Amino acid sequence: MEDGTDVSLSIAQIVQRLRGSHLHSQLERQAKDCLHRPEIKLESLKEDVRSFLRASGWEKRLQNAVYRELHVQLPQCHPTAPAEHLKEPLAYMRKAQASWEKRVLKSLNSMSTELGVPLARMRPAGEQKDLTNKWNEMGTDEPDLSRFRPVYAPKDFLEVLISLRNPNHDSSEDMTVKSHWGLIQVPLNIRDIPQLRQAYSELNLNNGQLGIDDHAHVHPDLFENNYVHIGKKVVVEQDSAAAQQYSRRGCPTGLRSDLWALILNSTNQPQDVMHYEQLKAGVIQHDLLVDYLIYKDVKLTASNDDYYFVFEDFLYQVLLCFSRDTAVLEHFKYNSATPPKSYVHGKVGNEEFAVLYPPNGVIPFHGFSMYVAPLCFLYNEPSKLYSVFREMYIRYFFRLHSISSSPSGIVALCLQFERLLQAHLPQLFYHLRQIEAQPLRIAFKWMVRAFSGYLSTDQLLLLWDRILGYDSLEVVAVLAAAVFAFRAENLMEVTSLASAEAVLADLSTLKVMPLIQIFLFATAI
Amino acid sequence: MEHNPTGAELPLASFYIIIVMFCSKIDYFPQVGNKICLYNTFLALPIKTSGHRGSSDNGKSEERLVLDSAVNMCVLQTVRIMFKDLKLCREGRNVVRYKCVPLNTIKDVMHQRPNWIEVKDDGEWDFNWCDVGWLRENFDHAYMEEHVRINHFRNHYELTRKNLMVKNLKRFQKNLEKDMGRTEASKCDFFPSTFAMPSEYHLFVEEFNRNPGSTWIMKPVAKSQGKGIFLFRKLKDIIDWKKVSYSKLIMKIKVNLIVKTQINCVFAQDRSRSEEQKDAAHLDSYVVQRYIENPYLINGRKFDLRVYVLVTSYVPLKVWLYRDGFARFSSSRFSLSTIDDKYMHLTNVSVQKTAPDYDPEKGCKWQMQQLRRYLTAKYGREVVETLFGEMDNIIIRSLQSVQKVIINDKHCFELYGYDILLDHDLKPWLIEVNASPSHTPSSQEDYEMKYGLLEDTLNVVDMEGRLTGQEKRVGGFDLMWNDGPVYTEDLNLQTFGSLCFTANTHLGCVNDREKNLRQLLKPFPLQKKI
Repeated sequence: MEDGTDVSLSIAQIVQRLRGSHLHSQLERQAKDCLHRPEIKLESLKEDVRSFLRASGWEKRLQNAVYRELHVQLPQCHPTAPAEHLKEPLAYMRKAQASWEKRVLKSLNSMSTELGVPLARMRPAGEQKDLTNKWNEMGTDEPDLSRFRPVYAPKDFLEVLISLRNPNHDSSEDMTVKSHWGLIQVPLNIRDIPQLRQAYSELNLNNGQLGIDDHAHVHPDLFENNYVHIGKKVVVEQDSAAAQQYSRRGCPTGLRSDLWALILNSTNQPQDVMHYEQLKAGVIQHDLLVDYLIYKDVKLTASNDDYYFVFEDFLYQVLLCFSRDTAVLEHFKYNSATPPKSYVHGKVGNEEFAVLYPPNGVIPFHGFSMYVAPLCFLYNEPSKLYSVFREMYIRYFFRLHSISSSPSGIVALCLQFERLLQAHLPQLFYHLRQIEAQPLRIAFKWMVRAFSGYLSTDQLLLLWDRILGYDSLEVVAVLAAAVFAFRAENLMEVTSLASAEAVLADLSTLKVMPLIQIFLFATAI
Repeated sequence: MEHNPTGAELPLASFYIIIVMFCSKIDYFPQVGNKICLYNTFLALPIKTSGHRGSSDNGKSEERLVLDSAVNMCVLQTVRIMFKDLKLCREGRNVVRYKCVPLNTIKDVMHQRPNWIEVKDDGEWDFNWCDVGWLRENFDHAYMEEHVRINHFRNHYELTRKNLMVKNLKRFQKNLEKDMGRTEASKCDFFPSTFAMPSEYHLFVEEFNRNPGSTWIMKPVAKSQGKGIFLFRKLKDIIDWKKVSYSKLIMKIKVNLIVKTQINCVFAQDRSRSEEQKDAAHLDSYVVQRYIENPYLINGRKFDLRVYVLVTSYVPLKVWLYRDGFARFSSSRFSLSTIDDKYMHLTNVSVQKTAPDYDPEKGCKWQMQQLRRYLTAKYGREVVETLFGEMDNIIIRSLQSVQKVIINDKHCFELYGYDILLDHDLKPWLIEVNASPSHTPSSQEDYEMKYGLLEDTLNVVDMEGRLTGQEKRVGGFDLMWNDGPVYTEDLNLQTFGSLCFTANTHLGCVNDREKNLRQLLKPFPLQKKI
């Protein structure tokens, strides 16, 4: 009975949300139009309209839309629970996130005052014109960024996570010695290897995998050709759920852009293009302080990257628009973070004059642009690239820099990584801990960026295939542990954090799928 | 203890002399220069101590004896090592004596190759990695033994000079049309229309007027790395330039014309023509080429492709294609509105390096694999396979166009660097072919790629005689043409009836060269001994 009400509640929620969507009005229009068709009979109106919608492919689109809603759906919650529980059920996590936000905001405000750069300002007409003209080559502009610095780097964030404690949990008793080894000291339910094996069964040794079985020395007839053939079918069928299942074993390079768009239900309709153009107009009209942070970040990361330097302009086109997109705010319903507020000059504290800042509520940090960079490989059109990125962000990436108890959240990933390493390679963990080279201190930066910028692009995309396929970031933690396992021999010989970092400095030669597979399925536990 | 102060040194000195004589006789001396230096220091030592001893007598003799024996030991050891080397040297081809241009990557490759020893100055060599200047001066006088190899063909410039390449391609295309028809000839439509200046100036003007508003690029034929290149859209723009470099020649042509028309004499005509040709050869140093105005852009940036091709024989034509290569990006965004911006239009790393905001850390290259993946992600596998197939076509046709012109010589091989540009419709265009592709690495990754490339070139050339000659793949090189197309599938009874063969080219595919080499090659003889 309890379950029944839950289900009907979520159905009601989804229907409610779909009502306001563009798809809904399109469906209505289609239904109206089809009334003129001869095959629609008055006596069987309902069935006829339905079969018409099915035949013309609209039902599939509706299914995909529902599927998308199910993914971003709010967690099951008692109807009377306050909204903040939706964001994060654990009070100490909420508190930690709030105080972290306060710090970030303070840093942003002080930068604004110190440098005398307002949080936002209207661009003069001349400047607007200039920017319009060089929209496609923003990278050629070299604003003086020497005074700006990233608001925070993953390292700062890690310190906050390390200091997290559950006040209701007495860690002195009822704990094995092992659990004190790691840096993360909060009790969260994470999966162990047998559970992971079950959850990631498609990755086991008996299944063909892109990233392993498409290697040069394996004949394509054995796996690849057939698999690509199935992929083409999935694309033709336009079914989100099928695409997601398919992605678990990897997407072929030539089909990936279509498959990902399908999984994320980013159809790039005319209204999406229009939305993007509106955001672009917003960028041209106003200049924000966060723009400089974005510029700085792109210059520091992507522009210096051997693979991504080409995409500098794309990154500005996406990230500047992203910062103005109020549609992103919706994800704060289920994100433990809360968008910062700023007040119109002289009205501080007066809620009537409060605005969210930046408009999308997300303050970029050092490395933020690397969430977008790999996607530039897949999409040419800025609007399409934009909508795929936004969907990726509100489904996955936001979890990598907000404090929450979600199993895909960064805290759980860190704990997952430490536990896997402790279970798999206790000697290595102990050794690194003894020389004060805590593994998490090295692996954290990989995980915060979901490995973007550390792996070679083909390998990164294979990893992200699995994130989308399993709708979870867990695999990121598994890979981080697998990397340590792979280099364990060398790591056992190092005697300092610096030399351990040196051993793990270059990941660009790694092949991720064999690593993950061996770690999960071919290691004795 | 009075005795001849140099007595102790005598055996050493004689050793030295014997060795020097021995070495110079078999031309070993240059390679062991460093060891000889060692000798000199040893020899100098006892002389010095003996002088010292002379002044302060006794007590030092013991010290001296110790020193002498130490020196003797060193000498003996060194001599032993040297004799071992010498023995190796005489045992036949175990040692490859090489001569090499002082360029870092190629030098490193040869230096680190087991049993390869460098020859200095005029020493005799088995293998020569020379520059084209050396070739021009020495090739014709050099006698080469059967096993000797050199890295250029005598008249390599037939393909690598821009004007000659186009001349050869045009002729080849004309012959194809005559023999095989227009469709076959159209497969050679992969170079932008090009004219030699000033000999084809009038043809160029005709073509120029047929395409109003088009952009053209002027390039010196014999210079590389983007030197002396400029773009123009109006004939007026090249007039000043023309005035400076060709006023003399035009004067001469005019004079000759007058002579020709006035004196209708066979002798005078012949004379003037030959003179004209000589002048033209001297000054005919530019080509003007239709500029590709719709290049394929990645995020607004223009790029060209560098592909490495190794030819080991022209008759029969045997061609190897390297799996690695790269795309070179221009640092600024592409637009035709500012044709003065040289940095934007040229994708040569050499030019890019001089751009004011060039940041060596930034890098402006993509490995070929990266580009292939990018294009596959955007257009799917079929489109990319077609594109790379067309690039194979460019390579083979361009080599065929000079096949009859190049003086085939079994001593020669040549590593070409093809510059290919993609246009907006993903059609590849041949821009030029380089005889001495830049081996100066722009980054660590680039160094490793070029190191592998050169090492595999030496593996294919096979001075060590480790191959059977039947290989379709050696390291990163795939055999793409062996007097006819080469297919991945082996021709045998099973595949005989099959119509579907895949070309044996893997440009931009995984280059697991080391693994292939391990399977393919026997270990180096010296390594086996150790």
